[in-house]
Amino acid sequence: MKITYSELPGKNPRFFMILGVLASIIAIGLGAAFYMEHSGHYVTGMSNQIVWGLPHIFAISLIVAASGILNVASIGTVFGKKPYKPLGRLSGLMAMTMLIGGLAILVLDLGRPDRLVVAMTTYNFKSIFSWNIYLYNGFLLIVGIYLWFMMERRMTQYYPYAGFVAFIWRLILTTGTGSIFGFLVAREAYDTAVLAPLFVLLSFSLGLAVFLLYLIVAFQSTGRPLGDGLLQRMKKLLGVFVAGVFYFVAVYHLTNLYLTNQHAFEAFILLHGGIYTVLFWLGYVLLGTVAPLVIFYHPSFGKTRNAVIIGSALTVLGSISLLYVIIIGGQAFPLEIFPGKEVIESSFFDGVVSSYTPTLWELLLGLAGVSIALIATVLGTRILPFMPDTLDDAVVNPQLD
Amino acid sequence: MNQQHSAPDMQPESMQLGDHARRQFFLKVAGASAGLALVPGLVLQQVSAAKTADQPVSNKVRWGMLIDTSKCAQGCDDCVKSCNEANGLTSHGRPASDAQWMRKVTVKDKQTGKVTSLPMMCQHCEHPPCVDVCPTGASFKRDNGVVLVDKHICIGCRYCMMACPYKARSFVHETVENQKPHAPRGKGTVESCTFCVHKLDQGEQPVCAVGCSQEAILFGDLNDPESALSKRLKEVSSMQLRADMELNPGVRYQGL
Repeated sequence: MKITYSELPGKNPRFFMILGVLASIIAIGLGAAFYMEHSGHYVTGMSNQIVWGLPHIFAISLIVAASGILNVASIGTVFGKKPYKPLGRLSGLMAMTMLIGGLAILVLDLGRPDRLVVAMTTYNFKSIFSWNIYLYNGFLLIVGIYLWFMMERRMTQYYPYAGFVAFIWRLILTTGTGSIFGFLVAREAYDTAVLAPLFVLLSFSLGLAVFLLYLIVAFQSTGRPLGDGLLQRMKKLLGVFVAGVFYFVAVYHLTNLYLTNQHAFEAFILLHGGIYTVLFWLGYVLLGTVAPLVIFYHPSFGKTRNAVIIGSALTVLGSISLLYVIIIGGQAFPLEIFPGKEVIESSFFDGVVSSYTPTLWELLLGLAGVSIALIATVLGTRILPFMPDTLDDAVVNPQLD
Repeated sequence: MNQQHSAPDMQPESMQLGDHARRQFFLKVAGASAGLALVPGLVLQQVSAAKTADQPVSNKVRWGMLIDTSKCAQGCDDCVKSCNEANGLTSHGRPASDAQWMRKVTVKDKQTGKVTSLPMMCQHCEHPPCVDVCPTGASFKRDNGVVLVDKHICIGCRYCMMACPYKARSFVHETVENQKPHAPRGKGTVESCTFCVHKLDQGEQPVCAVGCSQEAILFGDLNDPESALSKRLKEVSSMQLRADMELNPGVRYQGL
């Protein structure tokens, strides 16, 4: 049976309620951003010690998820898996909207967001941050073209090429995001190439989990049929991705455990780092990795739709925990400026673990970014036919190669 | 006496003059001094150090510092006070977010227990990671080795602060008041020690070096083998912080 697509119905009160709620969160978040800019960043939990905080966790989670979400389209286009093809449009749309939401947070957290035009026009090409600006803008352009070719009948013949370019681009993009940290030579937590593939794998799992959650909610709330066979197939893949992330996290920490000069950092993260240790073991390892794997592969519960929902939600939780440990924990651990020496006095917090308590303003800005991503997705699916009318197993044939 | 007179930076009245008048003054004094053939090396060094606003910065000079930690007294923060005063840095009583261009740090050797006190600030690296990572190029290095932030194109992303191995940079977290004309600052941008670049351009020394009552800070031109700094570096053993990173900082420490 041929797959047909349609826009969301527009006159539905629930649709307007969702828009209203999201728009309110965005308005509140913009207010919080204005307050932070107007007062100065001292009203946030961020400081000269922890320079990137909760807004960056939200932003990087969304950016990483964006590139991962595009995998769903790539699996259909580049790897030719037929059951994934009907999901390509929604995958492309969400890849763009999540990226826009993440970038909005980053820009609004800048010390001078009014200088966005400077960031877009003045480049230092040795900076991985600069490359990322190109990679993000390029991603939006390429995925836009990919979607156009996918949805425009006359251009359909070219869309596999666009899909291939988009797939390569997204791999480079996440490599770039991971390298923002990987290229930081001075800090114990960073300065390692393994962060690039770790971020790529994290995008695979986080992106697929976010996509599955949105897919289930969107289809159930609009009454479109969604086959469990398809969900089960995607769930199995998500399990592989979750295990893949764990592999890179294990390589990262085991390498550090081998290196004597990294022992103090590892002891901090793994043993006595307070919130970071809790988030690593409880948030990432137990709830974010072990639990989803057990749920996904459980012989009876694993076959249910609830397993897909709970497992995906836990994967999102684990991914955010991991990013929090890497980004904030990595900054909290003191810089080793005087090897072999212990700092006994400093006015600038040398040699001590820096504390960070996120404020409400930062949380509101982060939630606004998520809401921007969601409202853009909802509006996108209202305006153009991104969503298949049905993903019933009889139509999709999830057992197909 | 004549030797001292040949150095324009030591003529307080010359600072009151306009650029043109000062240039004329330099030429006259330098010419007269050279004519008298009084210690030509010193004359040349001083003249090359001072520059007028329309003269480009030269890479023939690389400014640097040697900090003798054996002279640096624990509990003394004359250098920090001088820096804060000269550059208009005021505390808001929030140490985690207040800007600090210079700070005093006391360290103890883990093996021997030797305690050392020292000032920390931007190390003015030859290969500064902050300049590498800055997306807009706002972080830059002058030809004379001074690492600065262009306040007009800094977007406040703080990536340089993530990259700096010395924790030398501060983000301006609050509205800035009572700024000094020679040290412009701006809320939402990043800043750090400038080596008192406005002083250097006038042939003077950074205020921390001048303000150190222990004379623990020796400032000078690393490129000039005849400078007091180069000579001292040749005689005594000194170290760079995080030398393993091969950033070749302009600030060296003795006795650490």
